[in-house]
Amino acid sequence: MAELVTMPKLGFDMAEGTLVRWVKAEGESVNKGDVIAEIETDKATVEVESTHGGVMFRHVVEEETTLPVNAPIAVIANDGEEPSEDEIESLVSAAGGKPKKKKAESAKEEKGSKEEPEAKAKKESEPAEPAEKEEESGVTPAGGVRSSPLARRIAEDKDVNLKKVEGSGPRGRIVKQDIEEYLETMREEGREEEAEAVGKALQTVAGFAPSEVPEDEVLEMSRLRQAIGRRMQDSNQNFPHFYLTRSYRTGALMSLRKELNQLLPESDKLSVNDFIIKAVALALRQYPNLNASIEDEKHIRRHGHVNIGVAVAVEGGLMTVVVSDADQKPLRLIAREVREMAGRARDGKVKNEDIQGSTFSISNLGMFEIDDFAAIINPPEAAILAVGVVQKVPVVEGGELKVGSRMKATISADHRVTDGAEAAEFMQVLANYLEEPMRLLL
Amino acid sequence: MDKNEHLKLYQEMVIIRRLEESAAELYQQGKIGGFLHLYIGQEAVCTGISSVRQPKDRIITAYRDHGWAISAGIEPKIVMAELLGKADGCSKGKGGSMHMADTELNFWGGHAIVGAHIPIAAGLALGDVYQGNEDAITICMFGDGATNIGFFHEGLNLSKVWNLPVLWVCENNQYGMGTAVKRASAVSDIRQKAEGYGMPNDQIDGMDLMNVREKVSKVMDQIRKEGGPYLLEIMTYRYRGHSMGDPERYREKDEVKKWEDEDPIGVFRKYLIDEKIATDAELDEQDQEAEAIVEEAVNFAESSPNPAPDTLFDNIYVEPTPIEYRGYEMAQESEEN
Amino acid sequence: MARMTMREAISRALWEEMERDETVFIQGEEVGVWGGTYAVTKGFLDHFGEKRVRDTPIAEAAIIGSAIGAAMTGLRPVAELMTINFAFVAMDHIVNEAAKLHYMFGGQFKLPLVIRTTSGGGRQLAATHSQTPDAIFAHFPGLKVVSPGTPADAKGLLKSAIRSDDPVLFIENATLYQTRGEVPEGEDVLEELGKSKVQREGDDVTIIAYSKMVQAALEAADMLAEDGIEAEVVDLRSLRPLDMGPVIKSFKRTNRAVVAEEGWRSYGVGSEVAARIYELAFDYVDAPVKRVAQAEVPLPYNADLEQMALPQTEDIYHAAKEVVYG
Repeated sequence: MAELVTMPKLGFDMAEGTLVRWVKAEGESVNKGDVIAEIETDKATVEVESTHGGVMFRHVVEEETTLPVNAPIAVIANDGEEPSEDEIESLVSAAGGKPKKKKAESAKEEKGSKEEPEAKAKKESEPAEPAEKEEESGVTPAGGVRSSPLARRIAEDKDVNLKKVEGSGPRGRIVKQDIEEYLETMREEGREEEAEAVGKALQTVAGFAPSEVPEDEVLEMSRLRQAIGRRMQDSNQNFPHFYLTRSYRTGALMSLRKELNQLLPESDKLSVNDFIIKAVALALRQYPNLNASIEDEKHIRRHGHVNIGVAVAVEGGLMTVVVSDADQKPLRLIAREVREMAGRARDGKVKNEDIQGSTFSISNLGMFEIDDFAAIINPPEAAILAVGVVQKVPVVEGGELKVGSRMKATISADHRVTDGAEAAEFMQVLANYLEEPMRLLL
Repeated sequence: MDKNEHLKLYQEMVIIRRLEESAAELYQQGKIGGFLHLYIGQEAVCTGISSVRQPKDRIITAYRDHGWAISAGIEPKIVMAELLGKADGCSKGKGGSMHMADTELNFWGGHAIVGAHIPIAAGLALGDVYQGNEDAITICMFGDGATNIGFFHEGLNLSKVWNLPVLWVCENNQYGMGTAVKRASAVSDIRQKAEGYGMPNDQIDGMDLMNVREKVSKVMDQIRKEGGPYLLEIMTYRYRGHSMGDPERYREKDEVKKWEDEDPIGVFRKYLIDEKIATDAELDEQDQEAEAIVEEAVNFAESSPNPAPDTLFDNIYVEPTPIEYRGYEMAQESEEN
Repeated sequence: MARMTMREAISRALWEEMERDETVFIQGEEVGVWGGTYAVTKGFLDHFGEKRVRDTPIAEAAIIGSAIGAAMTGLRPVAELMTINFAFVAMDHIVNEAAKLHYMFGGQFKLPLVIRTTSGGGRQLAATHSQTPDAIFAHFPGLKVVSPGTPADAKGLLKSAIRSDDPVLFIENATLYQTRGEVPEGEDVLEELGKSKVQREGDDVTIIAYSKMVQAALEAADMLAEDGIEAEVVDLRSLRPLDMGPVIKSFKRTNRAVVAEEGWRSYGVGSEVAARIYELAFDYVDAPVKRVAQAEVPLPYNADLEQMALPQTEDIYHAAKEVVYG
C-alpha cells in the first residue's frame, strides 16, 4: 500500500511551510529515515525524513510551494508497487479533507496500532510485570521504539528520530536524558565540522604567499546561509523599503548606564543595546503600525505583543533572538535574556522559543565601530532599526562647540505599512526615551 | 379542641390518604421513581402526635415519611414535588420519597437506612440539652423491624445513659417488610425492649386519633417533667404493601379487611358524628376540599421544573470544593497545568 | 514556633478550639476520665467539665450517630473513634449519613462534625486492629478526609477541620504521636483543608506521601541525597478533596514519581495518585510511577512478620532509585 507524506508541523505556531527542494526525485528509492525534501518555515530550513521505505513515486507538489501543515506532499510506494492514479487521488484527497497524520512519529504509531491493537493497548495501560513477558514474545511497543511519553514528546518537539537514539532505561527504554545526550552529540558533531571549515578558511588567509596562491574553492552553502539569502533577497526585492537616519544624544544614557552597572554584579551588567531594546519597545507601543506585519494584500496585522528581535552574529550567518514583551520587562531582565539567548545562539544550542515571534528587529553593529548603516527588514516585520556606535563628537550647544556623546540609528520601514512621517515621529519618540533614559526605569 | 380543630385533623388525614393514593397512580405511570412506601392506614399516628407536639419538639422518622412530612407542616404540593423529583420539592429533588425534611418546621427527615436515624435522634436531643433548649423533646419514629437492629439498642442505651429527652415511638405495623414481628423479634411486645434499659414504656392503640393524642400528650408531659427518654409502642397497620410492587404473600386478605374496619379515618369520622361535632355533609365537604388540595398538589408538582443540571454539584459540601465530573475535570486541570 | 510532639499539637488544637468556641465538644470512648487512650485529651475533663468532654459507651454507631444529630442542631462535635478499625462498626453513619445528609436533603442540614481517629499498624495489635483503610473513606463524596504527617500540620489542619461546616474524618497515625516538630503558635494559625504541600524540595524524583509515610519519605529523601538524587516530597495531607496541583507541578519537573502509603496497594491512594498523574501529565512521564504500600496480607502479630509487611523507608528509597534508573 502506498503511503502519503504530508507537510510536517515543526513548531507549535507553524501553520504552513514552503517545500523549497526535493532531495529525492521521483523514481528514486527511499529508505525509512532518508531525507526526501527540505522545508522552510519562517524560522528555519528543515529536512523532512521519510517515514516509509520504498520508492518516491510522486511529488504531489512542486518546489517552492507553500502549503499548510498536514497537506500531502508526496506519495511513497512500496518496492515494485505501481499505485493507480485513482489510488493516489484518494490518498491525497483523504489527507486533504481531515488532517490525520500530525507528525511522523504519530503516523508511525497509528500504523503500529492498526497492526497490533491489543498489544499496544496493553503495553500503554500496563507497563508493569506482565508486559515484560509479552515483550519477550516479540511484541513491539508503540511506535516500534520503547520510549517514555516524555521522551516521545521531546523527540517530536526536536524532530528527533527515536530509532537513532539509544535507550538507557529498563529494556532499552528511551528516556528524556537519552534524547538530551543524543541532541548534544549531534550538536558537537555539527560544530566539529564547522570548526574544520573555519580552520581551513583561516589557513587560506594566514598562509598568504604569492607562490602559493590557493585554488578557488566552491563551498556548499550551509542551510542557514541559504535561508538567510532567500529571506533577505525576498525582503529587499519585494518589500518597498525606505530609510530614515537620526542622531541621538547619548550622554545621559551613558552616565545612567555607568551608574546602574556599578550597582549590578558582573553577570548582570547592562549593555547600550539593552537600553535601546527597551526604548524601542516602549516607542512601538505608541506606533502600532511599526509593530506590525503584512497579513495579505489587503490586511495588516498589528501585533498585541511587542517582541523585539535582536540580530546576533553566529558562525556562518546571523540569527535573531527574541525578547518577548520587551515593553513590560525591566532592563535587567532584558539584559539577562539577551545574554543567555545570544550565548545559546552562538553555541548552537538555541531553543525554539529563543527565535520565535519577533515583531520588530534591531541590528546593532556599534561594537564594530560602524557609524551608521541601513538594514534589510526581517520579514514579515514592518521595520528594522539599525544602530551604530556611540561616540564622542564635536557638537554645537548654545552657540559653543563642545564634545558630545552621539549615536546614529536608521530605521528601514516597509512602505506598504507606513510612511515617512510616521516613521520619523517614531524616531522622535524614541529620542525622548534614549535622551531621557530615566523613563526606561519607570 | 374546637370544631374547626377537629375538622382540620380530619382533613389532614384525608389529605395524606388521597395524596398517597395519587402517588401510587403516579408511580404506576412511571412519574415517581425508586421506592415508594405508603403510610395508608397509619395516618392517626402522625396526625395525632403532630397535633400535640410543640413547635420546639423535633420530629425525625424513617422512610415511610409522607404522612409525617404533611403533619409536620410541609405543604402537600411541596411533598408531591419531591416525590416527582422536582426543583420545588422540599429536598430540591435530591432526596425523593424517603428523604423529606424541613428544618424550619423542626422536621428532621425521612431516613432510609433502617434504624440509622435512631442514634442521630439521640444527638438531636443532645443538641437541645447542650444548648439549653428547655423542655424540647425529640420525637423519633421507627418501625417494629428497626428494633432488631444494633442502632436501636445503641441509641436507646445512650439516650438513657445521658438522660436525653427523646420520645421513642415504635410504629408497630406488624411487619418488617414481609416478616411478621413474632418471626423477627425475640419479644412480640416491642415495649419490653425498653425494660432492658430501665426506660419507661407503654403500648397504645394507634388507629384511634383521639386515643393517640391523649396518650402521647401524657407521655410528653411526663418527659418534660421528669426528663429522660420514653419508649411508646403504637399498634397500627398499613393496608398497602411494604412498598409498591409488594406481592403480599405474607398475609391474608381477611387480615387486611379486619384492620380496614378500624380505618383511622373511618373511626375518627364516626367519632365526630357520634359526638355531634360534625355532620356527614360537613365531612363530605372536608373530603372534597382535601381532594382539591391533592389535585392542585399534583398539578403543581407536574408543572414544577426539573432541578437545573448545575444543581448536581450543589450541597455536596457547605464549603467550596473542586467539582469532579466523571473524569471530565481532569482534562481541564491538565490544560491549566 | 514551639517544638512539640504530634500528640501535644493535636491536644493543643482541641484545647484552643474548645476555649474559643462553646459549641465545640468532644465525645468518645475514654476521652474523659481516662484522658484519651492516647492521652490526647488528658486534663480536658477537669477543665471543660462533663458536658463538653463526654465519655460514651463502647458503641461506635451511637458515638458517630449522636454526633451527627448534635451537629445538625448547630453544635461542633469532635467525635473520637479509638481506631479506624472501629469505624467499620460506624460505617453507615460515616459514609451513609455524615457524607450524604447535606446533599440528600437539598442542603438543609449542615454537619460541622469532626471524627478523629487513628490509623496504621506496627504495634503488634494483629490483623483487626492494625489497618490503614484510609482510602476507603476517601471514596465518598461529601466526606472530607484529612491525615497530617507533621505536628504543625496536625494542629493547623485539626483546627480548620473543627471550624469547617463539613464533616471531616481526621485520621492520625498512632505511631506518630511522639514525633516532634516545629509548630507555629497562635490560636488562629490554620492550615487550609484540601491542599497538598511540598515538605522537601528536589528536582530528580517526586515522592508523594501522607501521614506516617511523609516521615518515611523524608528519611528516604535524605538517603537518596547521599546518592546524589534530590527528591521532592509532596505531602497530600488531604485525601478528599485530593489536591494534585503541587504533585503535578513537581512531576512536570522531575518526570518520575513514587507514591507511598501505609495501606494496601490495591485500589489505594497510590493507585489514585498514579492514575491522576497519567491523566494530567502523561507527556511528562519518563518512567512508570511506582507505588510503595503494605504487603497484601492481613497484618500478623509477630513483630518481625509485621514489619516485613509494612512499607519501610528503604522501600521508598529503592523505589525512587528504580524510577530514576539510578
